[in-house]
Amino acid sequence: MDPPVVTFLKALLLCLVLLGVFAYMTVIERRILARMQNRLGPNRVGPLGLLQPIADAIKSIFKEDIVVSAADRFVYYLAPFISITFALSAFGAIPAGPADSLFGFDPWIVDLDIGLLYIFAATSIGVYGIFLGGWAANSKYALLGGLRSSAQLISYELGLGFSALTVLLIAGTLNLREIVDLDLWAVHPLLWLPLAVAFVTFLISGIAEVNRTPFDLPEAEQELVAGYLTEYSSIKWALFQMAEYVNMLTVAAVVSTLFLGGWRGPALLDGLIPGISRWPLVWLILKMALFMFLFIWLRATLPRFRYDQLMRFGWIYLFEIALGAALVTGAVIAFVI
Amino acid sequence: MFLAAGFIGAAALLVGGLLGPKRAGATKLAAYESGVPASGNARERFPVHFYLVAMLFIIFDIETAFFYPLAVKFKAAPEFLFAQAILFVIILAVGYLYILRKGVLNWK
Repeated sequence: MDPPVVTFLKALLLCLVLLGVFAYMTVIERRILARMQNRLGPNRVGPLGLLQPIADAIKSIFKEDIVVSAADRFVYYLAPFISITFALSAFGAIPAGPADSLFGFDPWIVDLDIGLLYIFAATSIGVYGIFLGGWAANSKYALLGGLRSSAQLISYELGLGFSALTVLLIAGTLNLREIVDLDLWAVHPLLWLPLAVAFVTFLISGIAEVNRTPFDLPEAEQELVAGYLTEYSSIKWALFQMAEYVNMLTVAAVVSTLFLGGWRGPALLDGLIPGISRWPLVWLILKMALFMFLFIWLRATLPRFRYDQLMRFGWIYLFEIALGAALVTGAVIAFVI
Repeated sequence: MFLAAGFIGAAALLVGGLLGPKRAGATKLAAYESGVPASGNARERFPVHFYLVAMLFIIFDIETAFFYPLAVKFKAAPEFLFAQAILFVIILAVGYLYILRKGVLNWK
C-alpha cells in the first residue's frame, strides 16, 4: 500500500502516460495502416513523423471551440468530460508487476478486491458520455449515431460479462492481481477449450466495445455523417477520440490480464536471464502492443458489419457461446476436478 | 484515480475553450443537416428497437450481476451451485427464446 499522495501522483502520471500513448498510437496506427496498404503514412513532421501527434494536438487546441446554438450547453460539455474521465479511470485497477516492484512502489493505482467489476463499471459509464454527446447537440444525425453506439455498446457488454465468468469460475476472485498470480491455463487441461472460447468471445466483445472495425458502426462516416461526434469540434472532439483509444488500451490490458497472465512473462526465459518473467511493465506492455497491433490489423482487413448483423451477432452468437463456455467450465469444476 | 482523470479532463476542456478563435455566427452554429436549413429539432420519435435493447440489457445485465458472486464462491459447493445456476439459466432461457421467437432482435 502506498500513501495517498503517492497514489495520486501515480494516477496523474498514468493519465499523462495514457494520453501520450494515445497520441503516438494515432501515428503508429496510421503508419501501420499505410504499410498494409503499400504506402508510407505520415513521415513529414519530424523524423519518421514522430512529431505528428504534437502538431495534431496543438492544431486541435487552437481550433475554434463551437457550441451549437440548439445544444444543451451543460450536457454538451459534460459528455466529453465523462468519456475521458471514466476511460482514464478504468485503467487504474490493472496490475503491471509484483507488489513494490516499481522503484519500491506498487505498479498499480488501486488494488481493489472487485477490480474486474470496477473496470466494467467504469467502461459502462463511458456509454453515458457517448449517448449524452449524441443527445446534447440536438441534431438528428448525432442523436441517431449516439443511440446506435449506445445500443451496440450495451449489447456487447453482455458478451464481456459472460466471457469473464469463465475466468471467475476458475480463479474464484475478482481481484485482478490474484487472477494474474494464479495460472489459469495450468489448472486443468479440460478447461482449455472453454477458456479459449471465452478468450475469443471476450476479445470480440472488447473490439466491439471500443468501436473498432468490423464493429465501427458509430463512426460509419459514409452512412451516418459522424455519429455522435457530428456536432463536436476542437478539443471536445479530441477528447472523445482520446477516450476511444484509451478504452482500446484498457481492453488490451484487461484481455492480457484475464487470459494471458497479465504482467507475467513466459517462465521458460528465466533460464536465460533469471527473474525476467517477473519484471514489471515489460510483459504487460508487450502483450498490449500485440493486441493493439491486432486491432489495427483487423481495421486494415475486415469490412464493416451491417447494423442488424451486428445486433444479431452480439445477442445470439456471442451471448450464447460465452454463456455456454461458462456453463461447461462450471460443469468441469463441479464434476471432474 | 477519478480525481486525477477528472482533473485532466477538466483542464483539457478549459484550455480548449480558452484558446482558439471565437468567431461564431448563426449559420456556423446551426445544427448539421446536409447544408439545408434544419427541419424541426432532434427531440422526436425514434425506433422502439433501442428501447427494447436497453430493456433486455438491463434484464441480462442483472443476470450477470447474479452470476458473479456465484462464480467467485463456486468452489464452496460446486455441485449444488451448478444445479442452481442451471435452473436460473433455464428460466432465463425461456424468456430469451420468447424474445427470439417474437423477433425482438431482428432489426427491420
